[in-house]
Amino acid sequence: MVRSDVQLMLGVKQGDEVSFELLLQRYRRPLCHFLNRMVRDSAQAEDLAQEVFLRVYRARREYEPSAKFTTWLFRIATNLALNSLRDGRHRQSEVSLDAPAQTQDGSEMKLDVPDGAPVVEQQLVERDRLDVIRRAIFNLPEKQRAAVLLHKYQELDYDEIARILGCSVSALKSLLFRAYEALRLELAPLVAPESSGPGPGGTLEGKRS
Amino acid sequence: MNCERIESELIGYMDGRATVRERREVEQHLSACAACRARVEGLRGAWSLLDEAPATEPSAWFDARLRQRIAAEPAPGLMSRLAAWVPRPRLALATLALVAVGCWAALTPRPNLPSPVALNEQEEFRMIKNMQVLENYEVLKDLDALNELQGN
Repeated sequence: MVRSDVQLMLGVKQGDEVSFELLLQRYRRPLCHFLNRMVRDSAQAEDLAQEVFLRVYRARREYEPSAKFTTWLFRIATNLALNSLRDGRHRQSEVSLDAPAQTQDGSEMKLDVPDGAPVVEQQLVERDRLDVIRRAIFNLPEKQRAAVLLHKYQELDYDEIARILGCSVSALKSLLFRAYEALRLELAPLVAPESSGPGPGGTLEGKRS
Repeated sequence: MNCERIESELIGYMDGRATVRERREVEQHLSACAACRARVEGLRGAWSLLDEAPATEPSAWFDARLRQRIAAEPAPGLMSRLAAWVPRPRLALATLALVAVGCWAALTPRPNLPSPVALNEQEEFRMIKNMQVLENYEVLKDLDALNELQGN
């Protein structure tokens, strides 16, 4: 029988190392994916994911199953990611918006501010479409980004995401709408390639639902 | 329901989490509003594009590194071990207080009384000293006689 997260965490509380190992197996990938999309730096994301597990381990004796385990886990992860992004902003405050930066794959990236479809059209010509999608996610304000990642990729329910982000469910719905609306506008040329000329992939029809 | 009011229900409508009533309201609005129908199409397109963006997988040494970091964690302190052992904090506090009182009593200096060992030595010495007298039967006999005299 598959043990629930809470059962495993209660096992960890009693000092059972196998339970911790099982939680690690269960959440290592989703946590790394989430953090990677949040901070867009794989090494930093992995460090943060380790820190999340370490904090869970440190807090094991005080654990009480008052909330869902995933709420606790992703709340720690979200807070760590937001703090890390804030620290990074302080360090990079001297960097000009036109200065070259490194993308995830190491190539040079321009920190330009997206201002609508024409910029995206140029990006289509210059870069890989997947990078455009990744950047569209990353360009969202941090809280909107966290909301989309928890909703779209982790498929958590509204109540849980609202608890993680510390807002009401109605505020979350509004936050999600603004986030998806921004993505719709930024990704419009990819969604409707006939209006922006042929993209590098040229097979967008099949992707539309 | 107007376009602005429908906005917060659109995501729930698209991900299937809207209630029957919310869903009906959105459908009614969409049937009458071409702009919102186009918006929903665009949102669905962006939504499905997000599935294409791959995420970076954790490295092969993720678990090993984490185990190393956990092994480097300091062992839980005496207090936390005690707290884990005794589930009731009041009992833990009472035990701690008892131990503290015991320590205080043991470490407090006492007045200079002769130690039990010294006392035993003195008694022993006196006994050994008297043994000669006891062994000397004649002396003892004389002593008894003297007692009798005193008693009379």
